[in-house]
Parts: sequence; C-alpha cells; structure tokens
Amino acid sequence: MTRYIVKRVLLAIVSVFIICAITFFAMNAIPGGPFNSEKALSEATKQALEARYNLDKPVPVQFVLYLKNLMHGDFGVSLKTGRDIKDTLLSCFKVSGRLGLTAAVLAVITGIILGSLAALFRNRLIDRIIVFFTTLFTAMPSFVFATFLMLIFCITLKLLPVWDASSKSLILPVIALAAYPTAYVTRLTKTSMLDSLGQDYIRTARAKGVPMVKVIFKHALRNALIPVITYVGPMLAYILTGSLVVENIFTIGGLGQQFVKSINNRDYPMIMATTIFLAVVMVICNLLSDIAYKVVDPRITLD
Amino acid sequence: MQILDGNGHITQGKVLFKGEDITKYTPKQMEDFRGRHCAMIFQDPMTSLNPVYTVGNQIMEAITTHNKVSKEDARKKAQEMLELVGINDAPRRLKQYPHELSGGMRQRVMIAMALVSEPSILIADEPTTALDVTIQAQILELMMELQKKLGMAIIIVTHDLGVIAQMSDEIVVMYGGRICERGTAEDIFYNPCHEYTKGLLRSIPSVSNMKKKLVPIAGTPINLLNMPKGCAFCARCDNAMKICLTQVPEEVRIDKTHLASCWINIRDNKYLHTEEAEVKA
Ligand code: SF4
Repeated sequence: MTRYIVKRVLLAIVSVFIICAITFFAMNAIPGGPFNSEKALSEATKQALEARYNLDKPVPVQFVLYLKNLMHGDFGVSLKTGRDIKDTLLSCFKVSGRLGLTAAVLAVITGIILGSLAALFRNRLIDRIIVFFTTLFTAMPSFVFATFLMLIFCITLKLLPVWDASSKSLILPVIALAAYPTAYVTRLTKTSMLDSLGQDYIRTARAKGVPMVKVIFKHALRNALIPVITYVGPMLAYILTGSLVVENIFTIGGLGQQFVKSINNRDYPMIMATTIFLAVVMVICNLLSDIAYKVVDPRITLD
Repeated sequence: MQILDGNGHITQGKVLFKGEDITKYTPKQMEDFRGRHCAMIFQDPMTSLNPVYTVGNQIMEAITTHNKVSKEDARKKAQEMLELVGINDAPRRLKQYPHELSGGMRQRVMIAMALVSEPSILIADEPTTALDVTIQAQILELMMELQKKLGMAIIIVTHDLGVIAQMSDEIVVMYGGRICERGTAEDIFYNPCHEYTKGLLRSIPSVSNMKKKLVPIAGTPINLLNMPKGCAFCARCDNAMKICLTQVPEEVRIDKTHLASCWINIRDNKYLHTEEAEVKA
C-alpha cells in the first residue's frame, strides 16, 4: 500500500511537470502579452517591466527560471495586481473549496440514497419521480438552473439574499453546483444497485435469513458503490476547483473566476499557478478515489 | 423459501414443516425459518459468496442472525464450522476473501455457512454442477458425512443422475414444474414408470456401451409460461397418446413406495387399485 502511494505520488509529480511545461509554452505562444493593455505604455517602461519579470529572455530560459522559483514554493506575484499569488490562490480556494466540498458531500449522500430508493422501488411512483428529476438535472445546463434558483428564491419568494456575507447566501450556489453530480450519482447508484441486487450472493444472504434491510445496506450497497467511487474522484476535483458558471452567476470570487480572469489578463504567473493548482487537486482526488476503491473492493490489487 | 423475486409465488398447495404450513408464515417468520431450520446451498459457489466481505464475516453473519452470541463466540463457532467441513488452517481462511479461495473451497464455505444453526433441512440446488469431477465427489462425500453427523435431511436438486444415485434415498422426478414420478432410488432406477424417467435413464452413457451413440431426449425443454393442457412431457414423448394431449395424467400408486403420473401405467393397468393400495400400505 505505502509502496503504491509513493509510486503514485512520483508519477503525479511527473504529470504535473508535463502539464506545467505544456501550459508554459502554449501560454507564451499566444500573441500579445500582459503589458499590451489599453493604456499605452512608453517603450522604455514596457522594456523595464519586461526585464523586471524576465519576459525579455527566451521562453526556455524563462521556464527554467520559473521552475527554480517554484522549487522554493514561490509562485511569483501577479502581473496585474502585484499581490503574492500564493495568497490570492489560497483565499480563492477557501471559497471554492468550501462551496465545492459542501456540494460534493451533498451530491454523494443524496445521490446514493435516491439511487438506492429508485432501485428498491423500481417502476413504482418513487422511482418514476426520481428518474424524472435526474433526467431533468442532467439535461439542464447549470447557468439555466442557477438563474432559475435565483429568480425563484431571491426575487419571487425573497427567502434568501442574492448576495451578502452570511453563509445563507451559499445555499443556492451549493444547490446549483450539486444538481448535476447528484443526478449522476443517483443514476449510477440505481443501475449498479439493481445489478448487485440480482447477484447470487444476495440470494445467499436471504437464504441465511438475514433481514432484507441488512441485505440491502450491507450486501448490495457496498458492491453497488464500486462504480460510484470511480465517478466521485474526478467529480470532486472538478467541483472543488470551482465552477466558472456558478461562481459568475452568484458573483463568488472563487478559483473558477480567478482562472478566467487571469487568462483574460495574460497574467502569466497567475495562469501557471492556477493550472498547477488544478492539476495537483485533480491528481490527489484521483489517488484518493483509487484508494477508496481498494478499501471497498478487496479484489482490487493496487500495484 | 420466499427468496425469489416478485415473479415467483406460490399459487396453491401447502408446504408442511413439523406440521406447520410455512406458506402461511409472515415474512418475519420466514426470515427466522430460513437459515435456522432450513438452509440452502447453491449451484455456483463462485458467485454465491459476497466478494467484498471476508469468509469469516459471512459465516459469522449467519451465526449472529439466528443466535444472540458475542462476536468472539461467533468467530470461534465459525472456525469450528470451517474445520467441520474439512478446511485446514481455518483461522487464516476466515480472514480471506472469497476470490482467494478455490471453487471447491468456496462450496465448503457455503456448506459451513448453511450448517451453523444445525438446520433440519438442507436444500442443495445443483451443489456440484459448477465444480470439476474430483471436487464434486469430495463435496458429495462431505455432505453425506455431515448428514450422518448432524442428522438432517438433504433435499438435493440436480439433473445429474450419477449424483442422485449416489446420494438419494427417495427421488422425485419433475418435468415442467410437475411431479412425474416419485419413489425410492431403487424404484426409480430399476423400475421407471414414467416416459420422462425412462428417457433420462436411456440417455446416460454407460461403460458397457461406450461405442454406441448417446440417446438424447428429442426436442427442447418446455416453456414454463406456455404449458400444454395435458401432460407437460407430451411434445417430446415417443409414446404419447391422445389423452396425453388433453388431460394431465393422474398420479397412481405403482407399489408401496412408488407413485407415477403417466397415462401409460393406467392404459397398461400397471398400478395398484385403491383397495389394493390400502391393503399393501
Ligand atoms: S402421460 Fe403420455 S405424454 Fe406424458 S409421459 Fe406418459 S405417455 Fe408420455
């Protein structure tokens, strides 16, 4: 197990490095630069600025210099705001992470419960209702759903604030974020639950006289969770790193918003830092889901 | 046993266990009945154990479902059971997962699990079909040995006539969900009185006529959703008569232990008439 984790971490470092390199060169290949803005800078100022941020050197040299700083945990400062990037990222991640984690937990729990219910009451009314909503939420784009939520709860019913500093204002974004993954987890759970309920070991457990409730929650559910875990890993990474759409609609200053802003601004160090950060979160989530896999299903050998 | 899905239910008749009709049991009573009084083992040991729990966990579950015992006692009992079914190194095996065991081993585990509460009846549904021949013999031997030790009845369901000949005292031959013939092993093997039984016995290859072609029963098994009006076997029976098409054959007594449901016996007057039967019985 430890050996496996060490191996995976080493591999992860390699993939993060590759992502780093690709982003760095692609970013520099795009015409334009951080200082070609509306305000016309004098040639001299521009050169001075470029020299200050090493932008006058050839791209490979810049890359090496960047990596050197990175080794020391130095992401540089934003070309736009001049603030330390690490601080900006961390504060953004706090917002996105809190939002995302809540949404993810909500999605997984409700998804599993609804999915199991749908499987148990297959073709009955409950199942029909659940299927209807899951189809709706997988089909509806999140910007439509988020706008709807806002319209209903904030404008019409006036139940919730559109935006203020209280945690109440996080309710709608969490729901908007969780809708799709909830629907997806529900569908996955239902399918795999139906599959595992039809297995021979369920019949064995019933023949032993185990009560139905225990058969479902002990024997069927654990097997049904295996495919769900595969989905949850990447979903978690995706949702933690912030959703551009939802964050914009609810004007939440999270990672998703930050990422787009940095690209628009050609804020090179900011783009790099966000990309690396997203890559690292992704890799960690995948590793976690692989380990969870092993915990749930003993047949899987991690090597 | 009430463990089939919604599409399987009992339409008529009784199932008596120690004088009680278990078809009238509530689901709760059935849960208690299953495993405690009547246990089952299944055809495919590869899929009959839950892959994500250890063997020990599953056996202990069977124990704690019916008895209020501590975890420690349950573990001890589980270990004893594994030893009883001839698995060495029981403490280690308890901690293993089903996929780490061989097929024969898993069927032994299934048997151990079925026998934890010393049931009066063990239903074995094709217990050896998925195993290879040497293992088959071992499992059957084990079952017979345990039967003697624990004094339970075994109901074995199979189409393997060899297994039946070896295991059974009494035999019920069924086709299309209906009873064709019942009697002692001797009755069935030496004096088959139903065309289906005769066909089955003809189809066994024997050592003495190895070179001859196998004699199959013509046709395909019957569709249970579309049963004929008369004898279930009539479409494949060489000796079918007119009456076979329209009327379900009555069960008649061939002798004291032997009953059959085939019109041929009635045509040939090869049965005991009521008074005679009473006298003999
Ligand atoms: S009842 Fe008729 S059709 Fe059925 S097995 Fe006997 S002879 Fe054949």
